[in-house]
Parts: sequence; structure tokens; C-alpha cells
Amino acid sequence: MSELLSKLAECIEFGKINMASPYPPQMKGQEGADEITRKALDEGVNPQDILSKGLMPGMERIGIKFRENKVFVPQVLMSAKAMSTAMLHLKPHFLSGAAKQKGTFIIGTVLGDLHDIGKNLVGMMVEGNGYKVIDLGTDVSSDKFIAALKENPNAVIGLSALLTTTMVNMEKITREIKEALPGTLVTIGGAPVNNDFCMKIGADNYSPDPQGVVEFLNTKIA
Amino acid sequence: MSKLIDAIQNRVLVSDGAWGTFLQQKGLQPGECPESWNITRPDDVFDIAKSYIDAGADMIETNSFGGNRFKLANYGLADSVYEINKAAAEISRKAAGDKFVLGSVGPTGKLLLMEEVTEDGLYEAFKEQSIALEAGGADAIVVETMTDLEEARIAVKAASENTSCEVICTMTFDKTVDGEFRTMMGISPTEMVEPLIAAGASVIGANCGNGIADMIGIVKEIRQANASIPVLIHANAGIPHYHDGKTVFPETPADMGALVNDIIAAGANIIGGCCGTTPDHICEVCKVVKS
Repeated sequence: MSELLSKLAECIEFGKINMASPYPPQMKGQEGADEITRKALDEGVNPQDILSKGLMPGMERIGIKFRENKVFVPQVLMSAKAMSTAMLHLKPHFLSGAAKQKGTFIIGTVLGDLHDIGKNLVGMMVEGNGYKVIDLGTDVSSDKFIAALKENPNAVIGLSALLTTTMVNMEKITREIKEALPGTLVTIGGAPVNNDFCMKIGADNYSPDPQGVVEFLNTKIA
Repeated sequence: MSKLIDAIQNRVLVSDGAWGTFLQQKGLQPGECPESWNITRPDDVFDIAKSYIDAGADMIETNSFGGNRFKLANYGLADSVYEINKAAAEISRKAAGDKFVLGSVGPTGKLLLMEEVTEDGLYEAFKEQSIALEAGGADAIVVETMTDLEEARIAVKAASENTSCEVICTMTFDKTVDGEFRTMMGISPTEMVEPLIAAGASVIGANCGNGIADMIGIVKEIRQANASIPVLIHANAGIPHYHDGKTVFPETPADMGALVNDIIAAGANIIGGCCGTTPDHICEVCKVVKS
């Protein structure tokens, strides 16, 4: 079992989706996240273990490499694709309660901003690290965040912005979320954002990279 | 009028500064489509173009950065690509007089790698936009703020195969923790050079980014990879700070002007600004270049 799971972690880390995928070249012709996850379930491996000992270590390793600029967005996207493929097999087990996610993370790009690459990367990375992710898309108002929070009490909010003109909307959204549901944690990110800005607008965390969001969630939730 | 490439042989040229941040000053709201102003507020767009010509720029861009069908679709304007881009070029043409007009072409925001778009889909989108910019009077097409080499290559190819415009391509680089320059997608200045030239670019370079100081290193790297390709730099006025509910770009015209000679020494042929730069920045660049 442990060999299967470490093989799965490797598929996630290097973005090996399935046997047919030519990427990465050094794993060509080998089984990918798709086949190995199915095999593990068939062999009776606990879905929780598949998540925490297969997917999560792989996602953590790629997240750290990304932070250290050892890999760039394309490699992370391939890892995320491999992860989502595995997740499809695990979904029924989450729904039945046989496997549990650590908590819920609600993410969106703020009002006025239509950029979604960074937001998607964070969402995928957080999901691959064992959280339920609710992606509200782009151009999201505080009302939408608050409505999603009411449906998912205790979820943590992630705000993304690419533009210097839309990052200012983070302040209003953060304030309105915290007024409506005091105690809600808000983490922010995006190219123009930094820690100083995070403090000024009263958000709880700033991460320059997706792994930082995962680590913040892990200290607050798990 | 000589073509852009001929003009570069004689001296360093000056390009324009920011458009997006300038439009916002004129009242563009977050969530509003900047390119729609070419139709609804052409006089304001003209003012921006004209202010850079008045500052002394040898060339100005067009208000068409997000004028591809994928971006315009966000505002329900996917079918207005031709009208919007042609108008963008016409406005800048009117302001430019005998100066050059560079038709701005930005990324689609769609990732090939995630199968959000096909290569053919990208090619068709860039083709339609480039044709409209040429029809409005653009002398050159500037494919800019690219991070994915594949998308950049397709845009350059679409522009060079379907218009008689000269094609410029600039990518956006960050500095890694090891001090190397890479785009978000991992492309280095060195890696972009040959593929972009092969696709049809006659000028390459970098835009946006973290301020003018980093641009010196980027130009040096391009120059090391290719000694002769003309290089264009459109630098940000630094990384913005947040102050009293507003974002402020830290680099002043004097800050920018102070580094112009270093950029020229590194091998740049055309120098202008990106986010946060103003006509005053361009005026300062002109002073140094022409002195």
C-alpha cells in the first residue's frame, strides 16, 4: 500500500495525469494519478489515506518547489490536473463521509477583476491539500462571499486581485465580510498585494504563493 | 516616413507611458471595459495619446491591450473586435501625426496548457485583432505582457502573416529567488529570443515588471543571446504601494531618467513606460535620450 501511495505522490508532484499522457517525458508510458488512485481504491486502501498520504505530500512538494522558483506555473498546472483526476475517484467517498476534508475554503477574484489564473492555482493547491474548495469565480462581490459563508459556516475566505485598481476593493470586501460574520478569516494574494497592504486593510494573512495559503489554513483549521 | 526599423538604426527612440492607469485617472471604473472607451469616449483616449506625443515620444500605442475576442467576451463585446480595434488605431493615428503608432495586443488570459483555448483559436483571435489595428492605421503591432512563449509566438505569427505591420513582442519577467529573470510561465529572456524572431518579430523586449532597474539586467541577457535584434523596453514605475485607499507607483520621472543611460548602454533601442508611468516620465526619458 505504501508503495502505491508514494507512487501516487510522485505522479502528483511531477504532473503525471494518466498512462496516456506524454507529460512528464521521464514518466512516459507509466501509470498516472488516474490509474493508481483507482487501483488503490480497488485494493481497499482507505480513501483518507489516499488523500493524506498520496495526494497531499505530492501537492506539498510541488507547492514548495513553486515557492522556491524551482518550477513555474505550467508544472503546477500539470500537478493540479493530476490531482483533480485523482480527486474524481475520491469524491464519492467524501460525499459518503468515508473520507473527510479538513475544512472549507471559499475563493474568488474580487469585484471588478476578471483575472483567474492565480486564483485557480491557489484553489487547486488548497484542494489538493485536503480542503473542500468553493470557487466563486471572478468579479465577486462581498454579498456573494457572505452568502457562501452562510452556507458554509467557519469557512476561510481567499481574495485574489491582479490589478492595482481592483486590489483596493479587497479592503471593502474584507470589512463587509468581517462585519457580517465576525471572526471570519480572510487571506489575500495577487501580484500587486503585499503584507503591508494586508495589515492596512485588516485581512488576516497574505501569501505570495499558494503553498503559503495552505500553511495558513493548516495552522488555523487542521 | 521611414519605417520603425530604419529609424532605430539612427538613434534610440522613445515610446509612450502607461495607458491603463491613465484611463483610470480619467474615470475608468474597475470592471469597466477599457477598450470600449474607443467608441464611447474617444476624446479622452485621444487626450492620452496626444499627451505622450506632446511629451516627445517617437511612438504611441493604442488603447487595445485587451481587445482580443476572449477578453472582450467578458463584457459581451466579442463581436466588436474589429470596430473597437480599428477605432483604437484611428485615435492614436490622429494623435501621432508623423510619429509611429504601435497597435497594442495583450494576452487572452486563456491557457493552452489547461485546454481553455486551442492554438487555432488563439491564432484566429490575434489575426482578427491585428488586421483591425492595421486597418485603423497602426504602423506596427506590439504583442506585450506575454508570459507564455507559445501564446506569444502565435500572436507574433498571426500579426506578421496577416498584416504588413512590423511586429514587436515583449514579455513580462520577474526576478526569481536565485536572481534569474523568468516569466510566470518560466521563460527566460534568452529562451524567448530565437522563437519570437523565427515567428516574425523584428523587435523584442520586456514590459511591465518590477521597475526600470531590473530592465537593465533583462536587456543585457537579451543582448548576450542576440547581438543585433532591436530591443524595446516598457518599464513600470516600480511596484505600487497602497496609501490612503489608493495605489501609488514609487518611481518618479527623475528616478526613471536616471537609469536611461544604463539601459541604453545595455543595448536597448526603444525605451518607454508601462503601468504607473506618465507623460512626465516620458518627457524625462526624452531629455536623457536626446541629450
